[in-house]
Amino acid sequence: MPESTRSLALTVNGATVAVTPGTTVAAAVLMAGAAARISVSGEPRVPLCGMGICFECRVSINGAPHQRSCQILCQPGMQVLTAAAESCALAANRRTS
Amino acid sequence: MKDGFDILVVGAGPAGIAAAVTAAAAGLRVGLVDDNPAPGGQIWRSGAHLPAAAQRWLARLDRSSVVRLHGWRVFDCPQPNLLCAEPNSAAMTSESRVRAELSFGKLILATGARERFLPFPGWTLPNVMGAGGLDALVRGGLPIAGKRAVVAGTGPLLLAVAAHLARRGARIVAVCDQASRLQLARLAAHLVFEPAKLWQGANYALAMLPARLRTRCWPVAAHGSDRLRAVTLRQGAKQWDVDCDYLACGFHLVPNIELPTLLGCRIEDGFVATSEWLETSVPGIYCAGEPTGIGGAELALLEGEMAALAASGLTHQARGLARKRRGMSEFVAVLAKACSLDPKLRALASDDTMVCRCEDVRYGALRSRANWRDAKLHTRCGMGPCQGRICGSATEFLFGWRDTPVRPPIFPALLSSLASPDTPTEDLVAAGAPSHSAKESR
Ligand SMILES: Cc1cc2nc3c(=O)[nH]c(=O)nc-3n(C[C@H](O)[C@H](O)[C@H](O)COP(=O)(O)OP(=O)(O)OC[C@H]3O[C@@H](n4cnc5c(N)ncnc54)[C@H](O)[C@@H]3O)c2cc1C
Ligand code: FES
Repeated sequence: MPESTRSLALTVNGATVAVTPGTTVAAAVLMAGAAARISVSGEPRVPLCGMGICFECRVSINGAPHQRSCQILCQPGMQVLTAAAESCALAANRRTS
Repeated sequence: MKDGFDILVVGAGPAGIAAAVTAAAAGLRVGLVDDNPAPGGQIWRSGAHLPAAAQRWLARLDRSSVVRLHGWRVFDCPQPNLLCAEPNSAAMTSESRVRAELSFGKLILATGARERFLPFPGWTLPNVMGAGGLDALVRGGLPIAGKRAVVAGTGPLLLAVAAHLARRGARIVAVCDQASRLQLARLAAHLVFEPAKLWQGANYALAMLPARLRTRCWPVAAHGSDRLRAVTLRQGAKQWDVDCDYLACGFHLVPNIELPTLLGCRIEDGFVATSEWLETSVPGIYCAGEPTGIGGAELALLEGEMAALAASGLTHQARGLARKRRGMSEFVAVLAKACSLDPKLRALASDDTMVCRCEDVRYGALRSRANWRDAKLHTRCGMGPCQGRICGSATEFLFGWRDTPVRPPIFPALLSSLASPDTPTEDLVAAGAPSHSAKESR
């Protein structure tokens, strides 16, 4: 199946992730091991519903914030930033204190 | 308005596809708008092996004259016979976002259903997901081979998901349904005697998995620091821990009725009320698929066809379908019964369990509130971007609260989209069918 073995590359928080065409950005973020967002009380969150309802998968894509990554397909060269990237260390501190 | 669609269909799941294809075949100008990147809805997601019926319908859609807007979300109805949609595509920067104005003569709402989630300690930990949610992510490219998954909650979806994840190489360490063996036996009996495979995958899985399916069993806690490591399961007086990488947990489905509610369609017992011909209480607005009753893909297809024929003034051609639908209605009731929730599940959440994930409102803050409105005002529960789509069905079960009326926008819309000049329907149509992306239709 050449279609599914062909891959494209995007970045998640600066790190390159290779995925097959048809992969959602939400799946790519999970593959990169990143949390999508940090909740208002500091919890890391990842996609819950996979269908555009819960808003837990929001990330910034090519500079556009709050994109529901579960309904957007990966494109070559896409730059994905998760809010979790910046505040992960902070959240970890908060949880242990 | 003369340049709008004769019939506009919202939702491109089985119901919406059948509706759009059928109406286009009747020679009408048909628009189909859906927020996912591709048609298929919840069940016919790409990335999966699609059943023959699905492939046939998708091929018919491709050959049809239907004007398609994939990746667009309907968020408002500023005036009668006009809906506003916003593109989902991140390829557009926020400056170039547009809002589409979709005018129509008749409207068919085929907005489908979502999972019901119940809060329990640890359910906000990364890798605790919906059952359909994990399934959708795997279909969207998430590798699952070799991962250990617990599938829990209630409903035939669990078995379909467990079977699919197993086929993809996941190690299913437990499948637990909160329903009793008797509840499930009644459903299984119905599925066996139902020649039509109403809930694909599940009847197959019911035959394959019963030995591993635990009944009256549910997760009471999820454990881990940065992500899920283990789940505590309870069955009667027994309680034990299971190590796992994913917990896929959903408690059956609830219909997406926000748009029908905004449009003024009468809601009865949580579902959109319709005539025999699927017309809602608002003349000219029809509803098909899960919002009229949870019954699976085959019923959704049938209702889509029926609604399109009725909206096209071809009711006489829909008589056979109407008869068939009456025959299938029993299944909707059987399924609802099989998925009715054990009241003991109300005790799952403790005071510090998160209920509203958007605003991080905990159970303890909600317990003493009088109703949904009171809770919203005092705790911000349900005031976040999901607008109560997740916590609303939980608090309905936990406290018996019913949602307050829906206000526009029904999904948070970008300010730029609310303010930007609109793309009139004519331009969308001019972009030609099928229109696959937001960019083409600008
Ligand atoms: C996660 C999940 C998995 C499921 N798996 C199975 C299964 O394996 N087998 C089975 O028989 N049934 C399954 N079901 C049940 C499923 O709902 C039905 O079988 C079938 O998909 C119903 O078809 P439908 O057309 O009514 O709705 P859906 O397939 O849900 O289609 C509705 C579509 O409308 C879109 N939509 C809703 N609101 C808007 C809006 N405002 N603007 C734009 N688009 C909108 C939705 O995103 C969706 O694409 C599943 C349900 C869910 C939620
Ligand atoms: S995972 Fe729920 S909106 Fe994307």
